[in-house]
Amino acid sequence: MIPELGHFALSLAFALALAQAFFGLAGAWQRRPRWMAVTDSAVVGQVVCVALAFAALVHAFVVHDFSVAYVANNSNSALPVLFRVSAVWGAHEGSLLLWIFILALWSVAVAAFSKSLPASFRARVLGMLGLISVGFMSFTLGTSNPFLRLIPAAADGADLNPLLQDFALAVHPPMLYTGYVGTAVAFAFACAAMLEGKLDATWARWTRPWTTVAWLFLTMGIALGSWWAYYELGWGGWWFWDPVENASFMPWLMSTALIHSLAVTEKRGLFKSWTLLLAIFAFSLSLLGTFLVRSGVLVSVHSFASDPARGVFILGLLSFFILGSLVLYAWRAPLLASTAGFGWLSREAFLLLNNVLLVVAAALILLGTLWPLFMDAFSLGKISVGPPYFNAVFLVPGLPLVAAIGIGMHSVWKHSKLQPKKNLFIILACIGVAGALSVLAWLGHFSVLSVVGFTAAIFVMGSAVVEPWQRWRGGHTVPAAVLGMSLAHFGVAMFTIGVTGVETAKVERDVALGIGDSANVAGYTFKLVSTRPVQGPNYNATEAEVLITHGGEAVATLHPQKRTYWVRTMPMTEAGIDVGFHRDLFAALGEDLGQGRWSMRLQYKPLIRFIWLGALVMAIGGLLAVVDRRYRVKKPVADSDTAQV
Amino acid sequence: MERKLLNRFLWPAVATLVLFGVFFFTLHRISSGDLIVSDIPSPLIGKVAPPMDLPALTGPTERVRTTDFKGRPWMLNVWGTWCPACRDEHAALLQLAQVSGIPIVGLNWKDDAGEARRYLDGLGNPYFAVGSDPVGRTAIDWGVYGAPETFLIGPDGHILAKYIGPMTMEVWEKRLKPKLAVGTLQ
Repeated sequence: MIPELGHFALSLAFALALAQAFFGLAGAWQRRPRWMAVTDSAVVGQVVCVALAFAALVHAFVVHDFSVAYVANNSNSALPVLFRVSAVWGAHEGSLLLWIFILALWSVAVAAFSKSLPASFRARVLGMLGLISVGFMSFTLGTSNPFLRLIPAAADGADLNPLLQDFALAVHPPMLYTGYVGTAVAFAFACAAMLEGKLDATWARWTRPWTTVAWLFLTMGIALGSWWAYYELGWGGWWFWDPVENASFMPWLMSTALIHSLAVTEKRGLFKSWTLLLAIFAFSLSLLGTFLVRSGVLVSVHSFASDPARGVFILGLLSFFILGSLVLYAWRAPLLASTAGFGWLSREAFLLLNNVLLVVAAALILLGTLWPLFMDAFSLGKISVGPPYFNAVFLVPGLPLVAAIGIGMHSVWKHSKLQPKKNLFIILACIGVAGALSVLAWLGHFSVLSVVGFTAAIFVMGSAVVEPWQRWRGGHTVPAAVLGMSLAHFGVAMFTIGVTGVETAKVERDVALGIGDSANVAGYTFKLVSTRPVQGPNYNATEAEVLITHGGEAVATLHPQKRTYWVRTMPMTEAGIDVGFHRDLFAALGEDLGQGRWSMRLQYKPLIRFIWLGALVMAIGGLLAVVDRRYRVKKPVADSDTAQV
Repeated sequence: MERKLLNRFLWPAVATLVLFGVFFFTLHRISSGDLIVSDIPSPLIGKVAPPMDLPALTGPTERVRTTDFKGRPWMLNVWGTWCPACRDEHAALLQLAQVSGIPIVGLNWKDDAGEARRYLDGLGNPYFAVGSDPVGRTAIDWGVYGAPETFLIGPDGHILAKYIGPMTMEVWEKRLKPKLAVGTLQ
């Protein structure tokens, strides 16, 4: 009964989304206040209905209702309750429902926090969000209904994919989807502004906090995914350039570009058309990511469930939104002429450089991701594009980008006034080189690229600290947005340090060890002390005890496991990791070689924590920028008074 | 102004349309069965099958060897009890063993012999013989990187085709059987 109620609630939500789209867009077009007023009720009704549908599915999982096909395929009576809840978004149908739920939450948030916007603009934003909702709900109801019954009911479920039975992966999809869906908000604002025909700086001002929130969730989501892959997949890598990872990284690059370009549009009224295009592209790439993951056109370790019929549907949605928004853009482009000029080393110029580099990076990744598809479609042979391509091409825009941050933070609007900062730059560069060399001496490795990487990172860290400090010393208050900006850039520098450290000095060894044998990895001795069987709630495992010593002193004891989950009888590695600020020590159990011998993967990963800490710091920076009260405008104002940021 | 406008709109629109054309074409090929995304050509196709000499899990002889099948076509199916997709294809293999008239040889990959026997007792045994490869050495020689995988070997001992993923009767009819006809004619 409850699953049917869920299905009904979702259908009702679909009707309300239709109403929201129609009354929002048509109401603003026809200038009918009553129609526009309906959108609010529709938004609230929609979120209530979607929440009910979502709760119905959660309930089906929690009470083990194996008469629901989706539950029977993705849960099991032995599955712990936390994973029964996260199993809701463990496969295609449920993750779409999560997508819709998050979109509904975003819509309610937009409705609640934008009361001060002009009524017609607000109605158009909500109408666009309703339209996106309609698209995704028809997709779910039409091709991927999570409430379908299984007749007769299964005695027990086929279990959640063991790879997904993990805390980080329980949290990762909601975070990532919040980010993905957040790009829809920026898109809705851009479309509303184009429909409205008022493409001055104000729409950029209203869009900024929303974009930043979306971006910070996307940052956290990607970082969580990377962290999960590191300890769960058993390879010890942190990024694989898998199509699905790329699908989340491209919208991130675009949102980052959008955040910066919105700043220029808001403060200086420049880059207007560029900003609109970025908002369109960021959302398009989010949709493209959904398409690539769900349609199965690319080989990926993440393609848990794919179906070409669903692919055609998403492709339809994608074409509708991209082509529709481009038509809108072409229609409004003549309004977008901007006349203001700026100097070569002004803040505008640096932000333009930032945008160009980020977009180039996204384009190179898009090219690499889709290249195999093109080759195959034009019968040019089967190829796969892997990490060697991506690692190489990402450096091309990546390194200049980091370097430009350090200098760009000190630039000012309009004028090229970097001359007075020359001494500061020289000092920071010296500190950077000295720091880089000492870190490399400690790591015991050296390469030109690593010197460049560390120097740039330390330079940026210095800049990020000096910039707000100088403001404060000069007697100015430091706004939260500026602190947030500095902190986020500090995070980028930390991330750069992590990547440079790991890629220069990591040591990975695959060895065969018997009980009592040891192996040496980067000065650390890993000794396999014992193995013993252990039992979890829904799996059996072999747990090894690995003692690590350094110069005769005990450093850590690790307990890597090799698990076999009962239902899917799939072997899984649970790596043992000794976490340290300056390095991780990693041991994973491979195959049982017989006679007590095991193949083992032992790794030394210097500075790897900086990668995820950096992402966390970036996200906190974003959060600080959002809480800046200047963005909680009571009234739409022309912003000449706050132009000096 | 007009021309500029056209340029601005035209290029993104054209690029998008080309992209979507390729997507649509790919989806069409997937749903019509012309394209199998996970189907990566094996360098072994057309080459002599790598040697195999494994202890038999089940079968008429004590060992399972490549040379046992000289002069007739056969299939090698890589499986393990730990692989859910192998369970999916099991019914198809049972049917295929009846229909094709070609012996299917199992390569029990990185598995426990006792569990593998119980699995075959429970679900039925489609295999002419099963070789046991607990460490995966033979699988490496054959370039296996995931189960299930199925090879078709001609009477002359050359590999005619390889299919990655769960076997179905449709795959057999469309992708393997035609290769067999060509292989025997040569």
